[in-house]
Amino acid sequence: MEMPTPNPDILARKARIVERLLEVLPRDAVIDDVHETRAYECDALTAYKCPPLCAVLPASTGEVSEVLRICHEEGVPVVPRGSGTSLAGGALPTADSVILGVARLREVLETDYENRFIRVQTGRTNLSVTGAVEEEDFFYAPDPSSQLACAIAGNIGMNSGGAHCLKYGVTTNNLLGVTMVLMDGTVVEVGGAHLDAGGLDLLGVICGSEGQLGVVTEATLRILRKPEGARPVLMGFDSNEVAGECVSDIIKAGVLPVAIEFMDRPVIRATEAFAHAGYPDCEALLIVEVEGSDAEIDEQLGLITQIARRHNPVELRESKSAEESANIWLGRKSAFGAMGQINDYMCLDGTIPVTSLPYVLKRIGEMSKEYGLDVGNVFHAGDGNMHPLILFDANKPGDLELCERFGADILKLCVEVGGCLTGEHGVGIEKRDLMHAQFSRADMEAQLRVKDVFDPNWLLNPAKVFPLDVTESRRAA
Amino acid sequence: MMNPVTEAELAEAVVGASGPLRIMGGGTRPIGKPVAGELLSVAGLRGVELYEPGALTIVVKAGTPLAEVEAALAAEGQRLPFEPMDHRPLLGTAGEPTIGGVVAANVSGPRRIQAGACRDSLIGVRFVDGRGEVIKNGGRVMKNVTGYDLVKLMAGSYGTLGVLSELSFKVLPVPEAVAGLRIEGLSDEAAVRALSMALASPFEVSGAAHAPAGADGTPVTMIRIEGFAASVAYRAEALKALLAPFGAAAVENDAAKVVADWRWVRDVEGFAGQTGDVWRISVKPSDGPRVGAALQAQGLLYDWGGGLIWARVGAGRDIRPALAGVGGHATLIRASEETRAALPVFQPEPAPLAAISAGLRAQFDPRGILNPGLMG
Repeated sequence: MEMPTPNPDILARKARIVERLLEVLPRDAVIDDVHETRAYECDALTAYKCPPLCAVLPASTGEVSEVLRICHEEGVPVVPRGSGTSLAGGALPTADSVILGVARLREVLETDYENRFIRVQTGRTNLSVTGAVEEEDFFYAPDPSSQLACAIAGNIGMNSGGAHCLKYGVTTNNLLGVTMVLMDGTVVEVGGAHLDAGGLDLLGVICGSEGQLGVVTEATLRILRKPEGARPVLMGFDSNEVAGECVSDIIKAGVLPVAIEFMDRPVIRATEAFAHAGYPDCEALLIVEVEGSDAEIDEQLGLITQIARRHNPVELRESKSAEESANIWLGRKSAFGAMGQINDYMCLDGTIPVTSLPYVLKRIGEMSKEYGLDVGNVFHAGDGNMHPLILFDANKPGDLELCERFGADILKLCVEVGGCLTGEHGVGIEKRDLMHAQFSRADMEAQLRVKDVFDPNWLLNPAKVFPLDVTESRRAA
Repeated sequence: MMNPVTEAELAEAVVGASGPLRIMGGGTRPIGKPVAGELLSVAGLRGVELYEPGALTIVVKAGTPLAEVEAALAAEGQRLPFEPMDHRPLLGTAGEPTIGGVVAANVSGPRRIQAGACRDSLIGVRFVDGRGEVIKNGGRVMKNVTGYDLVKLMAGSYGTLGVLSELSFKVLPVPEAVAGLRIEGLSDEAAVRALSMALASPFEVSGAAHAPAGADGTPVTMIRIEGFAASVAYRAEALKALLAPFGAAAVENDAAKVVADWRWVRDVEGFAGQTGDVWRISVKPSDGPRVGAALQAQGLLYDWGGGLIWARVGAGRDIRPALAGVGGHATLIRASEETRAALPVFQPEPAPLAAISAGLRAQFDPRGILNPGLMG
């Protein structure tokens, strides 16, 4: 993966830059020792590593503003970092960049149940936002798999989703307002506790901009009352196509499950061996969860199983208790861990129209044979967000590159059938060079112009999202 | 008037423009500062491009009449989740609202509190920018974080960043049943507390409004629930019990009556044909009654649990001082051309945000020809 050559002039000025940062931050908030900066050399995309010039951990919006003002004056690129759980390399530094971590911004600033929002500092983890309102039976809806560790800052940067967004939407649909620091240190408030924008919807374009428009330090998030209950049904089918048709039929029938999860045979076998969840040995498995009172759940599950029966399921297991629900979810929740036991894997994130599911799964199977690499599929089927896991051996020379080529072909296939490269992980560096497959030059130019307005000098996370050749003239300016 | 019928013709029209353009869909929502310029109608770009009920997605050309989109969805038992308002009764306009106009003004109705706004259901756009370039963003899948989200930016930009040519939406099934709860005689403060209690319950409210003067002139607080029949019946009773401290709620199960009640709220029918300017104010719900009182309005309607205030006030008056110390914003929706030229129609932004908005307009429309000045 190509990254821009570090600017030797910035590398030579390291001592001065660190000194200036120390004028506005306490000693322990500036990490410049070459051994300690290694802690920030990568995120969860561990195949690519590069220690930054230094890392800073400001503890207030004011400190973030001071840091950015200094970096702006010094012309130093800044890479914002939440918890470093990005699978796309969104927080990968360059040697001439300052990592700005929000890990010390963890406070809950305001909780308002009457108006149903919470205002937090963005270093707070996703799960601990729900944790802060759970006592009152509320929750924060977006639930990425990494929710125990991932920060709200990163969720906003990547517009993160999760298993339950079929009903509740992704981050952008649950974000009401932000406090954001622009690259020159200016602090702006966008949105608030009210529901809509008064002028242009700047919040809408800030969310999902991968840390390229500003550093979000505080967020106002919509919180919801927990449903009375939730229960899943597990169904097994003897082909991926039939499972795909069943998903489509459920959606058409007017039931809106909170989640429809799909696993194929390689993943079912791996999770069975790992977690012993008691899954049937079949080609495709669906977990469909619905919410409401007990009677409401029974009615919806009744409808769903009726639809499933028309597709001759090899297994149909309706949960009747919390324990049965936990068992059904056990395998799904350990799927990634289970696949990791077998081999190294690369997790893709393309989204396709739900109706193309059977075709795309068939093509992935064929491509798997052509490349000689195994693939497991486990994903959010209700919204077409696929997560093919390509297995490879990191110790075998050339295997990573082969795997990356296979992954690129799968993502191009997603675009061909009307989908996109990434549904919830973000582009980062991982899918940067594939952007040409989805966007024309004019499409990308329109996006670059947005960055030109927010960050005219192209200092914020500059080597991400767009192919380097497309951004070169702007980064060099 | 220019009347392109294809996206390519639309792009040519923009490229060839020698001065400002006034962009129009159906012409039923004359909101914003009056724009002087040649009329560019998008109504000729018409038709459903793709509709996949099983994927809950529809792609339509921007000039397609809203009624045609809604009819296509209804034939498959689906609908636009965000319940777009029809501005014709309130603004006294005629003509055929287009889906492009709905998006350009980010028009959302009472269900916004549950299903999100127009911008939340919009998953893809194609548009022609001020240079005449055709640009696409988003697509036709529900989850998409590939590149910047210009889809949201285009929703509610009133044609000032580009002329919309094609739109993709996530749609939802029409529920089997609907019911309404009505409580009579509450003060604005008590009503918003009751609505907050309902919205903070697990009973999935899809409408929460309060009219200090309902259709019969007396206060009425309204709640709507939708879903499968048995579930609606259960939740109606649960909400009735929950709200008992506020008064006895009457439950209405006649779908036609509930639909009419909520059309009355959605289209602000109570203000139709009444004199005065109409403002639309967005605040957090618990600030609603205080702002409502400070407005000294001739008429008020609270939607979105109290967070959306419709106010009918004396002509030519800037009501923004009533928002002092309160987060949120006010938009002047109905007033004479003179008033709309004299008062800021959209909420003035703090300097750094105003600079960003102006910067975005300059980037997308460097010649300043797309509805120039409409948003201020």
